[in-house]
Amino acid sequence: MEIEVDKIDALVDEYGGEHRALTTILQDIQDEHHYLPKEALQRVSERMGLPLIQVYQVAKFYKAFSLEPRGKHLITVCLGTACHVRGGVPIVEQLGRSLDIAPGETTKDRRFTLETVNCLGCCALGPVMVVDGEYHGKMAASRVDRVLKRCIEAKEATANG
Amino acid sequence: MAKISSRAELESWRESILAGRDLSKPCITVCGGTGCRALASEGVSTAFGEELRRAGLEAKVDLRMTGCHGFCERGPIVVIFPERIFYPGVTSNDIPEIICKTIVGGEVIERLLYEDPLTGEKIVHEPAVPFYREQQRILMKDNGLIDPKKIEDYIAVGGYKALAKALFEMTPEEIIEEVKRSGLRGRGGAGFPTGRKWEICRRAKGEVKYVICNADEGDPGAYQDRSLVEGNPHSILEGIIIGAHAIGAHEGFIYIRNEYPLAVEHISLAAQQAEEYGFLGEDILGSGFDFTFKVHRGSGAFVCGEETALMASVEGRVGEPRRRPPYPAQEGLWGRPTNINNVKTWATVRHIINNGAEWYSGIGTETSKGTMVFSLVGKVNNTGLVEVPMGATLRHLIYDIGGGIRGGKKFKAVQTGGPSGGCIPESLLDLPIDYERLTEAGSMMGSGGMIVMDEDTCMVDMARYFLGFSTDESCGKCTACREGGKRMYAILDDMTHGRGREGDIELLQELSEAMKDGALCALGGTAPNPVLTTMRYFRDEYEAHIREKRCPAGVCKDLISFYIIPENCPGCGLCLRACPEGAISGEKGKPHVIDPDECIRCGICREVCNLDAIGVR
Repeated sequence: MEIEVDKIDALVDEYGGEHRALTTILQDIQDEHHYLPKEALQRVSERMGLPLIQVYQVAKFYKAFSLEPRGKHLITVCLGTACHVRGGVPIVEQLGRSLDIAPGETTKDRRFTLETVNCLGCCALGPVMVVDGEYHGKMAASRVDRVLKRCIEAKEATANG
Repeated sequence: MAKISSRAELESWRESILAGRDLSKPCITVCGGTGCRALASEGVSTAFGEELRRAGLEAKVDLRMTGCHGFCERGPIVVIFPERIFYPGVTSNDIPEIICKTIVGGEVIERLLYEDPLTGEKIVHEPAVPFYREQQRILMKDNGLIDPKKIEDYIAVGGYKALAKALFEMTPEEIIEEVKRSGLRGRGGAGFPTGRKWEICRRAKGEVKYVICNADEGDPGAYQDRSLVEGNPHSILEGIIIGAHAIGAHEGFIYIRNEYPLAVEHISLAAQQAEEYGFLGEDILGSGFDFTFKVHRGSGAFVCGEETALMASVEGRVGEPRRRPPYPAQEGLWGRPTNINNVKTWATVRHIINNGAEWYSGIGTETSKGTMVFSLVGKVNNTGLVEVPMGATLRHLIYDIGGGIRGGKKFKAVQTGGPSGGCIPESLLDLPIDYERLTEAGSMMGSGGMIVMDEDTCMVDMARYFLGFSTDESCGKCTACREGGKRMYAILDDMTHGRGREGDIELLQELSEAMKDGALCALGGTAPNPVLTTMRYFRDEYEAHIREKRCPAGVCKDLISFYIIPENCPGCGLCLRACPEGAISGEKGKPHVIDPDECIRCGICREVCNLDAIGVR
């Protein structure tokens, strides 16, 4: 993974190198790379003057951070209570069967990452599945494959076209 | 626009905004909350704009994307002012007709109206919809009226009037006294009296003090804080500035979930506007009071809703809680006295200052004053955000406002208080909702999530779900929570897989007590509540799982099997095609059969069957 050292330095400096900005800086890196590359954590540690273990600890503790590269498409299924009682689990299971991965994993071809989340706050629309930031409410296990296919085709067509 | 530097300037600005508004002018409002956006409300709003342009009506009709209306399930919600004609579930295709008939012709479009699922009656006006009619909205009132991105809209509904009053007419002690007399209690769940909390922090020694707004709304099934931050961010900010002034703090933060991007955007924008207009920064409104405010995004850790963990997280560290005392009011952020309140608590402050403590304490019950916003979700007909006075009964909420249980099913329980709360059974439906009553029932107020469950919900599975949640979110610092949660989860997991043993209920009881006593923070201390309440009210379900290896609700996969009811099956082949395992066979036109050895009990056949031909035993 190539990381741009200058960019990370600029980011750290933007927040005045303050230790309290650590999570914010990691969020910005995560937003750009969709995960936290090891080299990036090392650079942040050096530039901020924080022990690497402390940076790693924060990166590992919070769920928003991933230390593994993620797939091109991120599929998130809400498993908040409201989605759970309305059938969120069968949706995750169906996605797991279709993509042959467990929640938290990425397909071998790095095309998809499947994640579950504790609540997206769209409880009235549950169960909710999110594909690359696009919300799909009132989902059903029987519709998962169709919705996913349509959604990905539309996205890839836009990307290529 | 220059900074507002006096109370008189604020009032004259308000007057000029109001003078420029014609209340009789038609205004189309489209809900811009996350729920409606998920249902494509942005497209609806854009299409309205284009259609108005095409019809040459741009100057004659206003178009506004508002905050969340709360009736999220029926989104995208469109309300047409001044009459408040209510069109739920609008799609882009409906727009030319709405412009042509309703806006130009003044005609109501019957087919777009809301139909009461109970009576079949079509309802024209928003306030007459039973979901809204039975509510008493104070905090949520302006959400549907204003564009949360425009400070002018907030000023038009009386925004920052309370701040001016607090800064120029009241001493900090008087503000605290007013909040104390109002009876306002913390809306984050624990219900500590807000005024007293402020007083302790004000009296704490130290020059530097902080205030924090806790918007780390982690309880699954609760989203009212998100809706308020998204829909009316200035109302929260106003409360925070008043509180900071009362406490003597000059710096404040909002700690907000990263999973709420729109809320982060709106509160950041509101803070920027407030600074620009002189409601934040130095010498606020010319009063001499200085206050700065920062937005801190969380990174996905439920435990950060706990105040000591939250402060650790703001400091850039791992969000682990610590022992209390010292309380944050004594030693908080960077060791300084800190006052933390929930979003709804802060949003209430301006109403108390504007209308007085007596007005506020006149609403609610003896011990719990004011209104509470609940997110009424799960297996109920009308799901969404509901604001009612404290003391309303669960039955009123679920049946009068929520329209009862979906699909004519039977009510089983309502879960309040998130993973720290409990499941309340039918026998307690007439319980008036306040802090004490919910605690007596074994649950708690929490941040206002209210998840309705019907006969198809397994209570053992529910307890397992919550324990799984708490275990997953446990920071691992204290043994009681780290180990206790895991053990309890393992027992419950065994039960749902048919491996329950005699004595498990007693063991769960014992572990619960140990966790309650031994956990460092509220996450671990309250994690057993869902288990304890389900064991208390639904013990028979536990016993069925343990003794008969049976799941009465038909949920736990290892304890059930699917079969086809021949009398109901016309052999349409829907389930046969949908089955991911090819476990269903049969000729077209003849009843099909499920091979129990191949069946993985995913439930897809049951989902696709329109004729109730799939049974569970």
